[in-house]
Amino acid sequence: MTPLEQSGTATAVETSRLEKLERIWRDPSGFWGWFTHVNHRSIGKRYMVTAFAFFLAGGVLAALMRIQLARPENHFLSPDLYNQIFTVHGSTMMFLFAVPMMFEALAVYLVPLMVGNRNICFPRLNAYSYYVYLVGGLLLYSGLFTNTGPDVGWFAYVPLSGPDFTPGKRADIWAQMITFTELSALAVAVEVVITAFKMRAPGMSLNRIPIFVWGMVIVAFMVIFAMPAVMLSSTMLLMDRTVNTHFFNQAEGGDPILYQHLFWFFGHPEVYIIFIPGTAIVSTIISTFSRRRIFGYTAILLAMVATAFVGFGLWVHHMFATGLPQMGQSFFTAASLMVVIATGTQVFCWLVTLWTGKVILKPPMLFALAFFFVFIMGGLTGVLMASVPVDLQIHDTFFIVAHFHYVLIGGAVFPLFGALYYWMPKITGRLLNEAAGKWHFWLFFIGFNMTFFPMHILGLRGMPRRVYTYPTSMPWGNLNFLATLGVVLMTAAVLIFIANFFWHLKRGEIAGNNPWGASTLEWATTSPPPVYNFAELPTVNGRDALWDALPNQPIVEGLEEDCRQVLMTKVMDADPDCRHEFPGPSPVPILAAIATSIFFISTIFTAKLFFPTIILVGITLLIWYWPKRQPSLRRKEREIWEQ
Amino acid sequence: MRRHGPFLTMALYLGLLLLAGCHGNQAALNSKGIQAARIERLWWLMFSIILGVYVIVLAWAGTAVFRARTHRSENEIPPQVDPIADQRMTRVVGVAIGATVVLIFVMLTSSVVTGHAIANLASKNPVTIDVIGHQWWWEVHYEATQADQTVITANEIHIPVGQPVVIKTASQDVIHSFWAPNLHGKRDLIPGYQNALWIEADEEGTFRGQCAEFCGHQHAHMGFFVVAESPEKFQAWLAHQVSTPPPPSDPIAKHGEEVFLSHPCVMCHTIRGSGAGAKLGPDLTHIASRMTIAAATLPNTRGNLAGWILDSQSIKPGNKMPPNPLKSDDLNALLTYLETLQ
Amino acid sequence: MGTINQPRPVLDVSRTPTVVFGHRSVIWWGQFGLMLIEGTMFAIFIATYFFLRTRDTDWPPGFSLPALKWGTINLSILILSAIPNQWLKKKSEEGQLGAVRIGLIAMSLIAIVNCAIRALEFPSLNCVWDGNAYGSATWTLIGFHTFHLVTDMLDTVILTLVMFFTPIEGRRFEDVSVNSVYWYFIILTWIATYLVIYWAPRWL
Ligand code: HEA
Ligand code: HEA
Ligand code: HEC
Ligand code: CUA
Ligand SMILES: [Cu+2]
Repeated sequence: MTPLEQSGTATAVETSRLEKLERIWRDPSGFWGWFTHVNHRSIGKRYMVTAFAFFLAGGVLAALMRIQLARPENHFLSPDLYNQIFTVHGSTMMFLFAVPMMFEALAVYLVPLMVGNRNICFPRLNAYSYYVYLVGGLLLYSGLFTNTGPDVGWFAYVPLSGPDFTPGKRADIWAQMITFTELSALAVAVEVVITAFKMRAPGMSLNRIPIFVWGMVIVAFMVIFAMPAVMLSSTMLLMDRTVNTHFFNQAEGGDPILYQHLFWFFGHPEVYIIFIPGTAIVSTIISTFSRRRIFGYTAILLAMVATAFVGFGLWVHHMFATGLPQMGQSFFTAASLMVVIATGTQVFCWLVTLWTGKVILKPPMLFALAFFFVFIMGGLTGVLMASVPVDLQIHDTFFIVAHFHYVLIGGAVFPLFGALYYWMPKITGRLLNEAAGKWHFWLFFIGFNMTFFPMHILGLRGMPRRVYTYPTSMPWGNLNFLATLGVVLMTAAVLIFIANFFWHLKRGEIAGNNPWGASTLEWATTSPPPVYNFAELPTVNGRDALWDALPNQPIVEGLEEDCRQVLMTKVMDADPDCRHEFPGPSPVPILAAIATSIFFISTIFTAKLFFPTIILVGITLLIWYWPKRQPSLRRKEREIWEQ
Repeated sequence: MRRHGPFLTMALYLGLLLLAGCHGNQAALNSKGIQAARIERLWWLMFSIILGVYVIVLAWAGTAVFRARTHRSENEIPPQVDPIADQRMTRVVGVAIGATVVLIFVMLTSSVVTGHAIANLASKNPVTIDVIGHQWWWEVHYEATQADQTVITANEIHIPVGQPVVIKTASQDVIHSFWAPNLHGKRDLIPGYQNALWIEADEEGTFRGQCAEFCGHQHAHMGFFVVAESPEKFQAWLAHQVSTPPPPSDPIAKHGEEVFLSHPCVMCHTIRGSGAGAKLGPDLTHIASRMTIAAATLPNTRGNLAGWILDSQSIKPGNKMPPNPLKSDDLNALLTYLETLQ
Repeated sequence: MGTINQPRPVLDVSRTPTVVFGHRSVIWWGQFGLMLIEGTMFAIFIATYFFLRTRDTDWPPGFSLPALKWGTINLSILILSAIPNQWLKKKSEEGQLGAVRIGLIAMSLIAIVNCAIRALEFPSLNCVWDGNAYGSATWTLIGFHTFHLVTDMLDTVILTLVMFFTPIEGRRFEDVSVNSVYWYFIILTWIATYLVIYWAPRWL
């Protein structure tokens, strides 16, 4: 046990203090209590469960598509249904699964623990963001189930998605789903940045922040700069459709290409928003299971920052076939290749970490290692597509489909499963079954390759993407059939994981504080952590907080413990700076979320409701903000002004 | 075996990839034209680089895991890392990054060079073809100096072998993408934009192409054929397409023409010489000379035509041609008439 | 803290302040995040405007130029309002309740005047949003700024009420200070928006 870890034995004084802390920090239980939670772990778990449910839903849709494509000229799905299904599959996976899971869920749950604090910054906003996300997801599926599912692809190009070619509400539902999910991602981004910059344990200076937290901060900044573009483009689309603006109508001076620029200015950063948390997970797991600190901390950090920066400069590589000017395109080829240097740097640092470490092949590590097989292949096919001439051949074929499933599943889903095996003991207090984990891994790995590898060949043989069927005369049938078979294995793997999850809740081995001997602060507290996260707020003595802790590493004292007060530290060196009181449980977030939802959804149907519904939102925000008397007076008593 | 399993699978897969796409008349790596051949050369260059990188990185990872593997679960605090060993490793990483930069530079340069080479073909007097995308078929015009010499057809493009052809693309409705992989990469057809694409076939053959940008319901059935033939044959074909078919002589065909003109057909289709001049659907003036109907969906046979005319919606659900319930002798006459439109 | 009952060295934070301003304050950071997001929106929207500009030879296409009067008046008021705004910010950070109340009332009135003038600006744009892409872009851009202006006006009014009718604590002064920061954001974005809407059609 490392010096920072906390054990359960306590004196009577301690026990009564802990009981008091528990009373202050606990959110109410019971049905109604559930809607007032503001604890970051509570919200984080909701994000995880919801995003995973959307993964399953997206996976079921994928299976339906694969059944349809298994044979040429198949009549399992009508073209109309197929188009809705692939659009909802893509939108679900990108907006309702990948980003909420890789960023929101993991960041909300883990970042406050990793920086050694008791909650995330702006806890009520955090709860609000979850409800908004949930409603956005339900909106999309209520569309699908009422045969109003969007059918224009996950990037909804105009003019196809415009008023002339997609009448009805299908595209509007898509556009508002975007608004919901991006609003929630933006809220979490702000919280994460502040939590990581202002709420770190004393001693955790910038150059000691765990790679994982850095990854999340970088992603948060990407969210802040990228999501506005898609909120704008989808709002403009909505306005073109509902109030007759002409942003994308070439007949009235608008431009369909503008939409593509706006979408991909978001869309490319989006894929790195999904992928950088994946690399952050891989860095963490590799370090723990190689039994050494990560090699090249600074290099990895700079590589992530470079990826994020350059990631904003290569959106045009999705538009090579539009025939933009030559020179410009070469620039975007060059930028796309620049990213390779950054990713390569990370890969090489991991390889060295493995090479010089002692590798333990537990399930989290297996999934992290799969990253090498799977993601790198996807990344390398990405390199092919970065070349304009090559891309002209493989753009919009199944080769692309193969590329992005290799990078998305290799760069996000495999690391995510690794992360679930890795952090589940912290979340539930019990270990997932290891043997089942290995089955899960191998079935998923083999099934995945079986499904997606043939797609490269299909693409080169000329099969375009987004086709609901294909002629018998084309040489595509067998490979498609193989691809469909792979889904059977993947489904089995996912079912094993689900079974394992329910099994471990009751029967899993008790984990203890730190089952993997890892180095970050979340392992210093009990599993699952108490509602106040840390009985004694830790301080930090090095990059690997637990491994570097002194035998008598100091603890933080002096916070008021009759309210939810937390410690704020300085941005650079994390010296104690000031104290701030967080709000307690509150029904306001869900009320505001309901009002917001009414506002967004009503705009799909009529512009007339704009003002009444926005006033409703305003009222809930007013209730949210209006100061409460008692806490104000209490704080006034003890306040200390800055000098 | 377990650990090497993935290696072998991958190697096998990559071998397969090498052979992939090398055949087929809609395949990127079976080039039959100068542009596609240049892209194919670039592809193989880049492919060998990434294959090499992949093998090296995986071998590195595999070896690293293999030699550093331990069975003990050591959860105690790991020993301090050896700074000297790490320093040595820094150099290794430096070299690897350096190599990456070099390879990237090679790929970038060759890609830019190829990009310039395929942008256009030097020619004073190319065959100029306008391709206009519709949901879900292709309108094809052969430009001529005199307006009445313009050929209008659909879903089938004839080109002379060995001569540069410029394809000017435009769209009537949504975005489509013109793609005949054996000849060249794709080019989007964007409303409000005119784009040009140069191709040149270097052997005779019939190459299939397909719309590559999602354009709605029947995106899957928006194919076309490019027929590359000797310049003489091409000129003969063109001359024939310019001609107006003679009015039907036999009475059944004559009745067929009446059926055509008295039914909704005339509201959407053109048949030069018959008086039908609408432009919502494909020009049918020489429909019988085409290999397929409905954008490369069905072979052009009497049976298929009948099925298409009666209920195109069951063949291509959602397409823009309504069902036409015709009496059977009317239908027969109509088919006979259409078959005369050579 | 190896075991809880073992005495450990202690880092005592009980004397750190609870009322802080500027980048020490969490609320300031939250506001800063919001401004980053909104600022990005403005930037992207302005880029959109200029992109649409390149798609037409005439600008404004088919409409006459927007009339300068009301927009310019609003601009002058906004720029001048920086003075009372700065004063209010300073007083709030000194915790002077009386001055803050006066400042808030003044700023509320200014914001209300801005909003009223804004209402006059719309007709003087001389275009309609559903006429063509220029009209759509112009209306949306000014609409977007108006949305922020109205929001901040309401914020200021509510804050004024709060400062009169609820128990005063240090946090309220943080709120006032941050609200003043946001007012600068309104001013800056208006300068950009004003130049684009009124002058881009004249200069380009
Ligand atoms: C997790 C998501 C993710 C990630 C990380 C990436 C990473 C990359 N992607 Fe991918 N991409 C997508 C998700 C992602 N992509 C999606 C979803 C689409 C399709 C959207 C749609 O149309 O629906 C897409 C589409 C897409 C296109 C457009 C294709 C088209 O539509 O025509 C292009 C073109 O350039 C591209 C390129 C790249 C490149 C160069 C990288 C690079 O970042 C990869 C870098 C990594 C490596 C190269 C491997 C590791 C490096 C080394 C081992 C070093 C040594 C290497 C060399 C010397 C080469 N991607
Ligand atoms: C992170 C993102 C992500 C993920 C994980 C996946 C996962 C999968 N995808 Fe997806 N895909 C996309 C993102 C993703 N996809 C995107 C962005 C597109 C583009 C869309 C567009 O063109 O607009 C796309 C498109 C796409 C296509 C192309 C459609 C087309 O162009 O016509 C195909 C076809 O095979 C496909 C297949 C699959 C399969 C088989 C999986 C599998 O890996 C899924 C595995 C999961 C399961 C098999 C779930 C198992 C479910 C259960 C076990 C159910 C249990 C149920 C209960 C307990 C209730 N995807
Ligand atoms: C409302 C318009 C409309 C009417 C009426 C209509 N068509 Fe069509 N037709 C189309 C369109 C559009 C297509 C292209 C469909 C596609 O491939 O997606 C088409 C395709 C065809 C084709 C195949 C052409 C090719 O080269 O692929 C034939 C033959 C045809 N129509 C014949 C007829 C006949 C005969 C009638 C009358 C009985 C008729 N059409 C009535 C619009 C119409
Ligand atoms: Cu036309 Cu796809
Ligand atoms: Cu990209």
